[in-house]
Amino acid sequence: MTTLTVPSPREITEPARSGNKETMVLNMGPHHPSTHGVLRLVLELDGEVVVNVAPDVGYLHTGIEKTMESKTYQKAVVLTDRTDYLAPLSNNLSYVLAVEKLLDCEIPVRVQTIRVLLTELTRIGSHLVWLGTHALDLAAMSVFLYAFREREEILDIFELVSGARMMTSYFRVGGLAYDLTDDFLPTVKHFLDHMSDHIDEYEDLLTRNPLWLERSVDVAPISAEDAIAYGLSGANLRACGVNLDMRKLIPYSGYETYDFDVPIGKNGDNYDRYLVRIAEMRQSLRIAQQAHQRLVDMGPGPYVTADRKIVPPPKHEITHSMESLIHHFKLWTEGFKVPRGDAYVGIESPRGILGTYLVSDGGPKPYRVHFRAPSFINLQALPHMARGRLVADLVALIASLDPVLGEVDR
Amino acid sequence: MLGELFKGLRTTLRYMFEQPVTVQYPEVKRPVRERFRGKHELKRFANGLERCIGCSLCSAACPSDAILVVPAENDPENPTSPGERYAATYEINMLRCIFCGYCEDACPTNAIVLEHQYELSFYDRHTSIYTKDMLLVPPDQGHGEIPPILEQLGNKRPSPPAQIDL
Ligand code: SF4
Ligand code: SF4
Repeated sequence: MTTLTVPSPREITEPARSGNKETMVLNMGPHHPSTHGVLRLVLELDGEVVVNVAPDVGYLHTGIEKTMESKTYQKAVVLTDRTDYLAPLSNNLSYVLAVEKLLDCEIPVRVQTIRVLLTELTRIGSHLVWLGTHALDLAAMSVFLYAFREREEILDIFELVSGARMMTSYFRVGGLAYDLTDDFLPTVKHFLDHMSDHIDEYEDLLTRNPLWLERSVDVAPISAEDAIAYGLSGANLRACGVNLDMRKLIPYSGYETYDFDVPIGKNGDNYDRYLVRIAEMRQSLRIAQQAHQRLVDMGPGPYVTADRKIVPPPKHEITHSMESLIHHFKLWTEGFKVPRGDAYVGIESPRGILGTYLVSDGGPKPYRVHFRAPSFINLQALPHMARGRLVADLVALIASLDPVLGEVDR
Repeated sequence: MLGELFKGLRTTLRYMFEQPVTVQYPEVKRPVRERFRGKHELKRFANGLERCIGCSLCSAACPSDAILVVPAENDPENPTSPGERYAATYEINMLRCIFCGYCEDACPTNAIVLEHQYELSFYDRHTSIYTKDMLLVPPDQGHGEIPPILEQLGNKRPSPPAQIDL
């Protein structure tokens, strides 16, 4: 077992300043195209070889968890979009599930199915950004363009259903923001039908490409034991051969009723992480197809829970029912009260286990919200994986770990 | 080994002869979906009266505190809105606004609606505050159906929804 410490920037800069070191200290980021956001890395280099590396996070800290304490439960949903901005719907889901757990409210099956469908599309969209930027870092430009072309279709589906491409805030406590549109299911069908061919295309370009193999096979491997010790999750952990997926382990939103496999890697290197994520996209397609079919079979139905104490009444009611009008005003100003207590819900976001820990003091605003942010925890393993590698491999490794700095810093 | 490289090249070559998927913005604008949430508009009734009754519910529902509403009493002879009150001042700070649509969901009279205009940029912070005259639609546009309760009372007389005490 290795030591689990993550070096601080000062541990590298101080000895260098004293002048009795042969190595060179290099500052990479925070504004560097290959750190995928505002991540600052302090590198200690011996020629081209990374001796040590200290990640310095916090440049994108916006106090999201703290701000949520001053918003009602329903309003705080919009803040969750902005943590992991490549997977807004997964964040929405983790948060609303935690609130719903405390409220103990029934969510209609149709709503759960829509949530599953959209979070799987989110996973594909997020993996496409990872694939595109990872390939771009290794100078494969065309993959980036193709991946973004397909991601555009996913964003278009989000715009169609929620009105926003990225900051969707579509999952609300108690259900969804609006019902599906009529053209939603056909648009999704169109996407699901041809996406699999596109994944084949990416694989044609990369999977057996000698240049890609050269740059990723056996690059920055991590053993399953170390990965667990560092708390890695998601594709980064599964690439080492550990079968851990929250959708199977503690199913939520009815994942236990879907038929899908969890792709597992072996070596825990960049190449296995690549294979696992590509296979995950195919599995997500499978889940999305099943969810789509169920929605087609189900037809129209409720898009929010029937509990009027949580969700405002339909708008047309408020013009002739005084009670509805009062509920409408109460819910939009004061919000609903959540029973005292705490709840934790972990979901499988594209980056790993995204947990929301929520404490309620019985009022209409959360007392404390904490996110177990997978990007942040995955990033801890970076120094361990980068030591002894070339700088060029470090660039590939950052992309391969797939951190989103919005979520790291929150 | 080279075969694998050619497999990839074949994919890229094929796309050389296909139509590009990109559009030449700003010459060509990508159409937005019906639900797209862009710049707000304050709507009117068919008779030209403003839908907004100055209840400030949008401002209370706004997660980023972007809206300022200062209500005033309607002049019974010459009302601005069908309610007792109307919005004397209505401002949205577009630097704060996150286009979440909560104001639209909360508005009891469907007065504030997020429309499809998305080209919002300003040279200084001062101009980021959109005032009522920038948001209000012209009298001959933006009519919608009249909520039943307002319809019953006719167009001239003030109507009950504005009497709710917050
Ligand atoms: S769209 Fe959202 S942020 Fe913007 S004014 Fe309306 S409620 Fe506020
Ligand atoms: S909620 Fe609607 S009616 Fe009330 S102040 Fe806002 S725009 Fe006007």
